Amino acid sequence: MMQNELIWRIAGGSGDGIASTSQNFAKALMRAGLYVFTHRHYPSRIRGGHTYTEVRVAAEPITSRGDGYNFLLALGDSFARNTSEGAYYGNEQIKPLAENLDDLVDGGVIVYDSGLIDTDDIPDFDAQVAAHGWHVYPVDLRSIAREHGREVMRNTAGVAVTCAIAGIEPEVITELMSDAMPEKILEPNLLVFDDAFESVRSEFDVDAPGIELPTDGEATDQVLVSGSDAIAYGALDEGCRFIAGYPMTPWTEVFTIMSQNLPQVGGISEQVEDEIAAAALAVGASHAGVKAMSGSSGGGFALMSEPLGLAEMTETPVVLLEAMRAGPSTGMPTKPEQADLEHTLYTSQGDSHRVVFAPGDAVEAYEQTRKAFQVAYEYQIPTIILYDQKNGGELQSVPASVFDDDPNPSLGSTLTEAELSEAPHDPSGKFYRFQHEVEDGVSPRSIPGQEGGRYLATGNEHMPAGHISEDPDNRVAQVDRRLQKLAAIRTHLDADAETRNVHHGDAAADVGILTFGSQKGTVREAVDLLLASGTSVEMLGVSELAPFPIEQVRSFIEGVDTAVVVEMNATGQFRGLIQRELGVHGDRLESLLKYNGNPFEPQEIVDGVASIIDDTLEMGGNQPRHVSAAGD
Amino acid sequence: MSAFSAIDGEGEFDQTSFTPELEPQATWCPGCGDFGVLKALKGAATELGLSPDEILLSTGIGCSGKLNSYFESYGFHTLHGRSLPIARAAKLANDGLTVIAAGGDGDGYGIGGNHFMHSARENHDITYIVFNNEIFGLTKGQTSPTSPKGHKSKTQPHGSAKDPLRPLSMALNAGASFVARTAAVNPNQARDILVEAISHEGFAHIDFLTQCPTWNKDARQYVPYIDINESDEYDIDIHDRTSAAAMMFETEDLLHEGTVLTGRYYQDPDRPSYQQEKMSRGEMPETPLAERYFDESYDWERSYDLFLDRHR
Repeated sequence: MMQNELIWRIAGGSGDGIASTSQNFAKALMRAGLYVFTHRHYPSRIRGGHTYTEVRVAAEPITSRGDGYNFLLALGDSFARNTSEGAYYGNEQIKPLAENLDDLVDGGVIVYDSGLIDTDDIPDFDAQVAAHGWHVYPVDLRSIAREHGREVMRNTAGVAVTCAIAGIEPEVITELMSDAMPEKILEPNLLVFDDAFESVRSEFDVDAPGIELPTDGEATDQVLVSGSDAIAYGALDEGCRFIAGYPMTPWTEVFTIMSQNLPQVGGISEQVEDEIAAAALAVGASHAGVKAMSGSSGGGFALMSEPLGLAEMTETPVVLLEAMRAGPSTGMPTKPEQADLEHTLYTSQGDSHRVVFAPGDAVEAYEQTRKAFQVAYEYQIPTIILYDQKNGGELQSVPASVFDDDPNPSLGSTLTEAELSEAPHDPSGKFYRFQHEVEDGVSPRSIPGQEGGRYLATGNEHMPAGHISEDPDNRVAQVDRRLQKLAAIRTHLDADAETRNVHHGDAAADVGILTFGSQKGTVREAVDLLLASGTSVEMLGVSELAPFPIEQVRSFIEGVDTAVVVEMNATGQFRGLIQRELGVHGDRLESLLKYNGNPFEPQEIVDGVASIIDDTLEMGGNQPRHVSAAGD
Repeated sequence: MSAFSAIDGEGEFDQTSFTPELEPQATWCPGCGDFGVLKALKGAATELGLSPDEILLSTGIGCSGKLNSYFESYGFHTLHGRSLPIARAAKLANDGLTVIAAGGDGDGYGIGGNHFMHSARENHDITYIVFNNEIFGLTKGQTSPTSPKGHKSKTQPHGSAKDPLRPLSMALNAGASFVARTAAVNPNQARDILVEAISHEGFAHIDFLTQCPTWNKDARQYVPYIDINESDEYDIDIHDRTSAAAMMFETEDLLHEGTVLTGRYYQDPDRPSYQQEKMSRGEMPETPLAERYFDESYDWERSYDLFLDRHR
């Protein structure tokens, strides 16, 4: 196994404290100067159901979940439903051990709670252990937890055992526990930790697996953040002080972070009756002069089509989030997918138009959320951040300095009362809010309450002061002006588009990999693996989905012989977007698709690309799936 | 200094201030009740000494949604059924604004019913006028949520099998702190009720009977009407929920039997508005948020300073 990398998977049932324990573990190792990246897998249940989190720890920067994992802490599901063998969902109590064995690398470590799991219930367990050379540590974590505290502290005992085997100094963990836990539960947890740490060292050979994790890493001043954290902070730093929403996984994370932080900065959060209201409130607040946002996930975002179109037609700036999860309909609420791309690009009637960014990781989520607000308020257009359960929820260590930037509360193309007095009005005193001939198609706006600024905002086609009109000449002038903004935005983005649509790899490569959004980091690691094995390859990870960076993508595809499009859906929506925007190259865009609810691992992309280049290689299995180029 | 000098400003305004100088030809039919709403609103705004620039009139879709085409103020002609969420947010963003929402009975009681219920529950400090003509007008006469049972239309050729919705009872039960009904044929009462509704600090719902001479010819013109607050025949304590509920129920039944009752039905002057509730919880700033973006001396917070340490 890799000596300098730990991929630790903690598995249990929902309610067993997997999320908080893994977060503390990741943060502790980050504080020790290492780079960390997490991956979550959980069911749509409050109690029980197999859940796990992977914490990948390395001495070098990492941008993805790893390939498989090398250390399993199987707590067992203490909230399991029916534990009989013939149960509909199988014996859930042992799933945290039984269902995780496929991805455990040879020579890896298994620690399991022998107080809850009996390996006799797992078919061929001993044979599998022997075949793969796994090191197995049955420890009665439950008894240790019960002795010093409560049963749920099994997870602390498990972390202690992990430290003993992986060579992590206990202080790395216990110091963080002291910071993170209230006094009342800290003391028993420390006793549990010490007992488990010592007992595993006295009863087992903890050095056998040979894991030597560097604990004196060099990374300094890092923070452990998720994409959801980064989106929220990007919004706050752009002066967003209003959010409206309705709970829905996984968008709820950003909504929660904003709702908890906004009161501290004098902002307003509104939880409302449905997503139609949520987006409409954001539009209403923005109309009245506040930087505002809303968002949802697929099904909730569908309800926002109406207010989205209203924002487009009334040219009200607003930022909306679309946190994708597996669909259609309710789909798999807690599993990632990138299948709402077309929904996000095209929903809402008419020649509708919007700006869409799909950030890859937490750093991009922060920077692109800021850019989204700037574009929305300058160009008076709804702007959408398209992300998913994967990059919204995975925690990664990033330099704190990423967030050390000036706030930007500017309302963009909005006039003050002094400026309004100089602006054109109709004889009634109505402000010409929607002028025909203006630079970049942007006609500056007023805010209700400003003297001399009154006008009519309407979802109907309208004349310069807002009056409803079906006059053909006015219609064409207004449609053309609104579309002109998209061209202006494209030009604006071109100035630094390569910071969002990112190239990585060998610029002279024959093989190109295209992807978007949350897969960017995984493809990056796949590219590094391919380069290391002697395959010349380059990637283009796209974040600007509308207006699309046509020239950048065209030049990338024209520079390679084989182009592989990697995305997490079944129908190749990103490939379809490229074909639609470029109008050519459909005959050479190969698809690598995955839609089983689990995000790509780097090696899967490596294998997929290898089999596309070389017909004699087989990918094996049906996920990921290769779909050949089909022409234009 | 406020960036919104129209709010509580000095100007003098009369009825003509709310009439666009280039008044577009109204799309309403001759004899339409909607003219009565427009006239009453102009009268109320004048009586309250409001400026056109401090009013935001948010409307839905339908004949009623054209109200802000003919009323001089800031206007937002929104979506079918969505005037309330837009209006609520604008009031939260800047509670110096006088915010009025308006729409029809299909708009407010049908497609926007969820927003109506929750806006009333939350007691936002806005006024909501529902043009109730018991019909869909702009789409040419389909049965609406307030159409009487048995009402025949092109979409209900055998007569509606549904009991009509009870707008006043619904508002009261949902939590509105001011509920009234008036009629377009009664412009003075309508103006006075609008003045009281706009002055009321909380959600004020006015079910405004507006006859539709084109598509609801069968319906009464809402005359003669009886003002329940002045009639000796009817007894109501508008500060008592039970009394109000009983009178509302009777009013809703009698309308379909030919007796038109109008007036103030319920008022709770003591219930804090939603804005007040949020402020008392520290979830809304005392100074309107919209002012902050024009305040060059405001020291904008950074997430780096406030929130990042918890991630270290």
